[in-house]
Amino acid sequence: MSKSIAILSITLLVLSIISIFVGVVSLNPNDILSLDDSQLNVLLSSRLPRTFSIIIAGMSLSLCGLIMQQLTQNKFVAPTTAGTMDFAKLGIIISLMFFPEANLLLKLLFASVLALLGTSVFIQIIQKVKFKDIVFVPLVGIMLGNVISSLGTYIALKSNSIQSIGSWFQGDFSIVTSGRYEILFITIPLLIIAGLYANQFTIAGMGESFSVNLGLNYQRIVQIGLLITSIITAVVVVTVGMLPFLGLIVPNIVSLYRGDSIRNTLAHVALTGAILVMICDIIGRIVIFPYEIAIGLVIGVVGSVVFLIMILRSRKGFGEA
Amino acid sequence: MAKHKRSLMIKLGILTLITLLSITFYVFWDINFKILHYQLPSRLTRIWAMILMAIAIGVSTTLFQTISRNRILTPSIMGLDAAYLFIQTLLVFIFGATSQAMMNTHLNFFIAMISLVTFTMFLFGYMFNKTAQSIFKLLLIGVILGTLFQSLASFVQILINPDDFLILQNTMFASFNAIQSELLIISTVIIALLVIVIYIYYLPYLDVMGLGRDHAINLGVEYDKIVKQLLFIVAILVSVSTALVGPITFLGLLIVNLAHEFIKSHKHSHILYTTILFGILSLIGAQSIVQYIMQQETEISVLINFIGGIYFIFLIIKESRS
Repeated sequence: MSKSIAILSITLLVLSIISIFVGVVSLNPNDILSLDDSQLNVLLSSRLPRTFSIIIAGMSLSLCGLIMQQLTQNKFVAPTTAGTMDFAKLGIIISLMFFPEANLLLKLLFASVLALLGTSVFIQIIQKVKFKDIVFVPLVGIMLGNVISSLGTYIALKSNSIQSIGSWFQGDFSIVTSGRYEILFITIPLLIIAGLYANQFTIAGMGESFSVNLGLNYQRIVQIGLLITSIITAVVVVTVGMLPFLGLIVPNIVSLYRGDSIRNTLAHVALTGAILVMICDIIGRIVIFPYEIAIGLVIGVVGSVVFLIMILRSRKGFGEA
Repeated sequence: MAKHKRSLMIKLGILTLITLLSITFYVFWDINFKILHYQLPSRLTRIWAMILMAIAIGVSTTLFQTISRNRILTPSIMGLDAAYLFIQTLLVFIFGATSQAMMNTHLNFFIAMISLVTFTMFLFGYMFNKTAQSIFKLLLIGVILGTLFQSLASFVQILINPDDFLILQNTMFASFNAIQSELLIISTVIIALLVIVIYIYYLPYLDVMGLGRDHAINLGVEYDKIVKQLLFIVAILVSVSTALVGPITFLGLLIVNLAHEFIKSHKHSHILYTTILFGILSLIGAQSIVQYIMQQETEISVLINFIGGIYFIFLIIKESRS
């Protein structure tokens, strides 16, 4: 375990502890050993689930971004800029409208399939395009996402549920309570699989012909990558909503000081992602205390500013695969 | 040449006729004579707003594309609409929904317009001055700026109290159902003035500027100065249309490109006219679909953005291949 990982882990731990004690019902670190029933209830059914889900969502979405950036050889690709999130959201909206009785896992499966389908369409489009401008790819993805999301808005307007759906998909950890967040644990085995494939993803990131030369089944690796990222994205969208640009900015921040090999950056990306989400969530909870601002908004502002800086700084060479 | 010109005139004539017929149909179709005194004015207001919108968006997008020399840039995609909403939100946040800045329609209109114009001049002036910017980069920056303004606006909206928020909400969706008549009059005046200025003063420059900065300067045009003035006009037109109806992101993109495909001419006098006609036609078409076929179940902007979004993806893919 390197020094930087230790620093990141300690930071995350400290932030997690802060996160547990921030909230309307006051919990004090001092009386953690002598909690009354209601305080214990708050701790177990709200604070702990919230903190866990922040860590899991932050880690998994950031890793999704890392994998997608390797596979598309483009630094500006992530679940937000490839339309994956919007497809997952559309999947949920459709399943809510047409089979509302089905259990959450079935809805989730449907959303994952749609996210996978959508991301594949996106990959198809950008592979067809010969001339690959680094910023062209996310542009197509964002627009694809907009079109898909207007389809979702149409369906939602038709059924008069625009408001409930709107608030549901706005990334928000206050809706995360025990009974709902457990579904996030699905992402853990997926993250482990992603870790096992780390080397293959790195090689695939050097291009199709190069990886085939090294004896890698390129298409299969791409499919595995897409499958993992689509399911993870769908799971996060279902449980906490949209966290825009998270998967995009975290791998880029990390690669500034760690380079591009997935193996070297995996843990850093995961930890940095969790830390960033934790900070944004705490900010959202403090600004208008006792109310709170949904994290989707905080991340939306932070993420788009960082992304803008990245685009403005990008010259030939930076971020170009 | 003469033959080409004649076929162009025939095309324009037919298009004009179709537009006039559509307007007539929209106003009189299935009209109920018992409630004529209510129905007719409301339909006339709507069609009037549509025409204004078509002119404002058509002209601003055409000018913007001539300045940027690109067919896929529009002021809306560059985040101007979102900037407008953000300014409105800030006004409510700072002064409150019942303040003069919000309640006085004209005052609000001018404050929003001045801030938007300042923003545009600052941002796009900077961007266009930097030579050799990739067009996709410019677009992406615009798209992200749009997202940023949207997030910022929603962020501030949460801080606003719910009563104020309700008043603000009216400005957020494009709709032809609730047009403020005060704004209709002042918009008409502003748009008419700008269009006259463009036709009399700028029209001769526009065709030359379409050739690019170097050619235009060689031909004796004070390029940078005129770009600034035109951006100024674009910003005003965008804020007028957004204030009047609300943002419809892809409308400009759709109609300017349709116009180019239809008349295949680079003369701005033709392009501007055709674009406006296509704007009126698309708005009437979309509004009729929303009103009669979808029974008001959706918003006009949802429809146009869906079609326009697909068309936009098609355009950038086409552009990337050439």
